[in-house]
Amino acid sequence: MKKLLILTTAMTLGGSVAAYANSDLQALIDDPNQWVIQTGDYANTRYSKLDQINKDNVGDLQVAWTFSTGVLRGHEGAPLVVGDVMYVHTPFPNIVYALDLNNDGKVLWKYEPKQDPAVIPVMCCDTVNRGLAYGDGKIFLHQADTTVVALDATSGAVVWSVKNGDPAIGETNTATVLPVKDKVIVGISGGEFGVRGSVTAYNMADGSLAWRGYSMGPDSDTLMDPENTTHLGKPVGPDSGTNTWEGDQWKIGGGTTWGWYSYDPDLNLMYYGSGNPSTWNPAQRPGDNRWSMTIWARDVDTGMAKWVYQMTPHDEWDFDGINEMILTDQNVGGTDRKLLTHFDRNGLGYTLDRVTGELLVAEKFDPAVNWTTGVDMDPNSATYGRPAVVAQYSTEQNGEDVNSVGICPAALGSKDQQPAAYSPKTELFYVPTNHVCMDYEPFRVSYTAGQPYVGATLSMYPAPGSHGGMGNFIAWDGKEGKIKWSLPEQFSVWSGALATAGDVVFYGTLEGYLKAVDASTGEELYKFKTPSGIIGNVMTYSHGGKQYVAILSGVGGWAGIGLAAGLTNPTDGLGAVGGYAALSDYTALGGAMTVFTLPD
Amino acid sequence: MTTIPHLLPLAAVAALGLAAPAMAQNTPDNIDAVTFEDGRWYAENGAPTYKVEEDGTIDWASYSGFRRYHSECHVCHGPEGEGSSYAPALKASAVAMDYYDFIGVVAEGRQKVDASHTSVMPSFGTNANVMCYIDDIYTYLKARGTDAIPRGRPAKRAEKPDETRAAEAACLGQ
Repeated sequence: MKKLLILTTAMTLGGSVAAYANSDLQALIDDPNQWVIQTGDYANTRYSKLDQINKDNVGDLQVAWTFSTGVLRGHEGAPLVVGDVMYVHTPFPNIVYALDLNNDGKVLWKYEPKQDPAVIPVMCCDTVNRGLAYGDGKIFLHQADTTVVALDATSGAVVWSVKNGDPAIGETNTATVLPVKDKVIVGISGGEFGVRGSVTAYNMADGSLAWRGYSMGPDSDTLMDPENTTHLGKPVGPDSGTNTWEGDQWKIGGGTTWGWYSYDPDLNLMYYGSGNPSTWNPAQRPGDNRWSMTIWARDVDTGMAKWVYQMTPHDEWDFDGINEMILTDQNVGGTDRKLLTHFDRNGLGYTLDRVTGELLVAEKFDPAVNWTTGVDMDPNSATYGRPAVVAQYSTEQNGEDVNSVGICPAALGSKDQQPAAYSPKTELFYVPTNHVCMDYEPFRVSYTAGQPYVGATLSMYPAPGSHGGMGNFIAWDGKEGKIKWSLPEQFSVWSGALATAGDVVFYGTLEGYLKAVDASTGEELYKFKTPSGIIGNVMTYSHGGKQYVAILSGVGGWAGIGLAAGLTNPTDGLGAVGGYAALSDYTALGGAMTVFTLPD
Repeated sequence: MTTIPHLLPLAAVAALGLAAPAMAQNTPDNIDAVTFEDGRWYAENGAPTYKVEEDGTIDWASYSGFRRYHSECHVCHGPEGEGSSYAPALKASAVAMDYYDFIGVVAEGRQKVDASHTSVMPSFGTNANVMCYIDDIYTYLKARGTDAIPRGRPAKRAEKPDETRAAEAACLGQ
């Protein structure tokens, strides 16, 4: 019962000496029997060392138990397991259940915050929440209305609570938090409402503010040092967060921070991406719009930015840069490198040196991607690191009130927030992707606080000339920048993957299937249709010597909004309209957790 | 739901519409375009409406509604007024609801929050991107709700009337 001891220790020390909190949390993260933060580990690999369920027996998997969340909206994220307790969250109203794994999932406590329903319509694309995190004897919940609350993990009592933003001006939250050392680091949503993105660190003990770094603004806001913060190896210079914006547009500049955060304890750096600049009409915000669409490395103690890399300067397609940064240690060309791999909405898979921010690989992870011919990899070039934009697909060059057609990927990206997994055994990334293209017509909009600030009309449809489906599940070699194998899916894959030491990779589908595939070949080994479409992430834990796999189902999110009625392709002519699969023909709303295990 | 090919004459559209009792407002006096004033078509009952010519050309205002819908409404209500897992199908609302009720809900918002619902329509009354184009959005959705136009981007549209240009500038305060 070593794991129980560890948990007890963590709870005893909770709130005492900050530096210890991290080593205790690190020990829990390192214990594969538990799943104490959403990303599984700080490196965001979503890899489990558990191997009781393996590629030879996964076909025998059975449902062990289920739990209805009582909420209908889209269920993103995953449950946590800390010791003998499972913690399950829901979308708005953001209920938290603590379930006793020693007693058939009996509800130990339930927490339901009181939130003003006025926050609901301010949340672009459903009232999802990507889950809880554990640290220092507390369960952290970041509510829709941006209240960050720390609950006593044993009793559910509120230890502290702090308001991170203001829904009245469009600031909301959908993301989980990053508990690290003595801090809890949180982001913000609202890029479609002209919110200026930021990451904020609160002290884990009492919720007091430690630091906040904005995505744009003066150096004092972005926490950038003109000399020591670098972009592709060069100092960013003074006021880099305002000098690529016209006038005060940066104040409503977007660059929100609603994705997943990773952390390297040796470098003491956290990594995350900032979202799209607002509005979606590029003509209304001339310039590179730094530092939207950017990979960030920040010191977790001070928030200071060590390095940045802007992937999509002057976004023209809503290619948010918020997707997860997966940290791996791999040998590249005979040298051991500390790497960061990121699958961006823009369809490019990036690998960087996470120490320096040096760009090593930028390759398309969906062959359909057509808006760029690729990234300039020559450090001596004036356009080093910039993607070469294809004029035909440039909504900026085509101009306002012009419909640019056939752009791949669509605004939802070749991949959205649904996190990929990485197996150190195969050295492959397992990536849930979208295979959808779009027509995009930008036009002029005016800004009103708390109101949507979009400024473009979009039509989306499955990638033409392909398998007709809207998604793929791929295995990716991050060192080479190459697809190893690709599984076609009828719908976008909107579920976070899990890789295990059992050489199995799990993911969910929008129809509601939990699938298990061979980590080396992609061969399908098992599937089971859960009660609703899956936009949650697969997790695993063990209890009483048995390995379990758990997944939240409950269709919704952007996928539920965009795909419920099925897509149409305007260029296919009238006869084909409605010809694509409608998600509503396969699944309906309803939150439920399904837990799988092997038969005794 | 009755499916009506968009090339059918409008009289036939209206006649078929009468056979659908669920759509209380799907009557010729609410749907058929009879007068053209200040850049848009109106029905007999005074409500704004769409007009689709025999060759499929749709009036400018309803085309504008297609654009504005997919900027302002689509992120909750799904593409082309079809509804989503998150919010109802507005193509049905635009036909089933009285024009003034429809505008009232957009301007003021409404909530349905209880044990099994978390539906909240915000107030768009102060949002020029919505309110300056609300009649455009309404007639676009009406056209979709009566299947007068198919899903997707309208293939042919009328030119933008000069009076529309002036009214738009005035509304946006430009």
